[in-house]
Amino acid sequence: MTSTKIFNGAHRNPLEFVVETLVRISGYSAVVFVALIFLFLIQESLPTFGEIHAGELWNQRWYPIENYFGILPLLSGSLIITLGAVLIAIPFGLMTAIYIAEIAPVWLREILKPLVEILGGIPSVVLGFLGITVLVPLVREVLYLPTGLTAFTGAVLLAGMAIPTIVSVAEDALDTVPNAYRDAALALGATHWQTIWRVTLPAARSGVLTATMLGIGRAIGETMTVMMVTGNAPQMASGMGSLFISLRTMTATIAAEMGEVANGSLHYHVLFSIGLILFLISLAINITASAVLFRTRRRTERLLS
Amino acid sequence: MHLSRHHTERIAFVVIGLAAIVTAVPIVIVVGSIFLSGVEAVSWEFLLEMPRNGMRSGGIWPAIIGTVYLVVGTGLISIPLGITSAIYLSEYARDGHWTRVIRLAIVNLAGIPSVVYGLFGLGLFVLFLELGSSIVAACLTLSIMTIPIIISTAEEALRAVPQNFRVVSVGMGATRWQTIRRVVLPQALPGILTGVILGLNRAAGETAPILFTGAAFFLPKLPNSIFDQTMALPYHLFVISTQIPEMPIQIQYGTATVLLTFVLTMNILAASVRSWQRRKRQW
Repeated sequence: MTSTKIFNGAHRNPLEFVVETLVRISGYSAVVFVALIFLFLIQESLPTFGEIHAGELWNQRWYPIENYFGILPLLSGSLIITLGAVLIAIPFGLMTAIYIAEIAPVWLREILKPLVEILGGIPSVVLGFLGITVLVPLVREVLYLPTGLTAFTGAVLLAGMAIPTIVSVAEDALDTVPNAYRDAALALGATHWQTIWRVTLPAARSGVLTATMLGIGRAIGETMTVMMVTGNAPQMASGMGSLFISLRTMTATIAAEMGEVANGSLHYHVLFSIGLILFLISLAINITASAVLFRTRRRTERLLS
Repeated sequence: MHLSRHHTERIAFVVIGLAAIVTAVPIVIVVGSIFLSGVEAVSWEFLLEMPRNGMRSGGIWPAIIGTVYLVVGTGLISIPLGITSAIYLSEYARDGHWTRVIRLAIVNLAGIPSVVYGLFGLGLFVLFLELGSSIVAACLTLSIMTIPIIISTAEEALRAVPQNFRVVSVGMGATRWQTIRRVVLPQALPGILTGVILGLNRAAGETAPILFTGAAFFLPKLPNSIFDQTMALPYHLFVISTQIPEMPIQIQYGTATVLLTFVLTMNILAASVRSWQRRKRQW
């Protein structure tokens, strides 16, 4: 950090000292917030384990009215819907990123980039609303299903929410690959596609990996869209065939039930436990994603120096 | 069969181009169909009247004004905190263990699912601090969600200001804070503004964080103080499209159109500030 070097003999006057202290304190605000969120989730979910055995959570029946708090249907619902979304979003997101960064003519790039940004800006309820009014009837009729409120419907919309994240991160990564790499490959006689496939993509692979991880994180944490279109039936998902029945995610369960439980009840604490699980999943995804980015940045710096 | 490399290239480009089209076209359809179906429902009465008849007729004024309250309140909290935090990272922090911890915290904060923010807001602001389900609790919750977006864009904008500007300012006898306030901040302002708009945009469109912290299903009158609940556009759209039987589809499309217009206008504003700054700046 070079900016600190030019300032020696700081806080000569009191104003300078006060400002610097305030700035330093707010600099740590993000750490404080993450810690606070973590602590609160733990504090509010711990009483769960005083009232029921942890094994009762690892169960296939979610029926809070009769005190069945098996979170496996919700966990499997979240996983299968996220998996479905990711299977759609990753190929389309990455190919769109490659197209925008490497292939598209400039005028088309100037159209596609803002278009994807618009998708990223659409509120999740708006997508959910369109899901209910357009996609749900379509899925029911085209696939001959008893209801269009299925995991698959949710996965399609979630893919739409994950794609902007994947495209923008992957495109950034492709952009930062030095042009000298491409020029060298082309000069050696490689075709444009060979250059992309053998040179540019491998050079950007850490960014592409990060894009994928962040896309997964976006999909698993999304709430309103899935709650509106997946039917919210807490059934066990077992394999990809479950994509075509109604399922319920962890996020939707919290959103749908938290408004109606008594504060401090067992149900309340169990919902906080589900929140804690979601928090830990997102923590794991983001720490891995930034570790990947950090490690490869170092390697690239070493290679280029 | 062995394909020549030029054939391979052809096929690859066609596949990738098709994928880009399949991604882009639905976006146009989504936005277009909402505007086309919603635009006839939107009128001055729709925008400025209270809902009537169990929200099945009348307007959406309380939801609009509620979203404005939430965005302004969130801005009042998250803008100062986000910008000072960015100033710390860009101008004061040294590269070290603790700075890395801060950066990791920002990345993680940005990745937390929105409904978990809602849980946290319920636990801390609504119950523990006894603010109740209120505008102020909702704004505090939304602020924590908005802050990482503001910090990362503002820090990027501050870092883009060339180091020479700081060196010259200090060379002329300015203190560090004078340099930041008079030289660095004004130069970085457009970039910071872009981040602020994007952050508040997210706050305007989110539903899950305000579900249990301040959003009301229906209120017969506008909120009187920051300790009242409020209606909000995204939650209102959720309510009328899932919770109310025999809801006229026109009102649903109209509400979606208003929300989408609100959010897209902010997006376009952010994009224009960014491109205006690129053209204008001399470094």
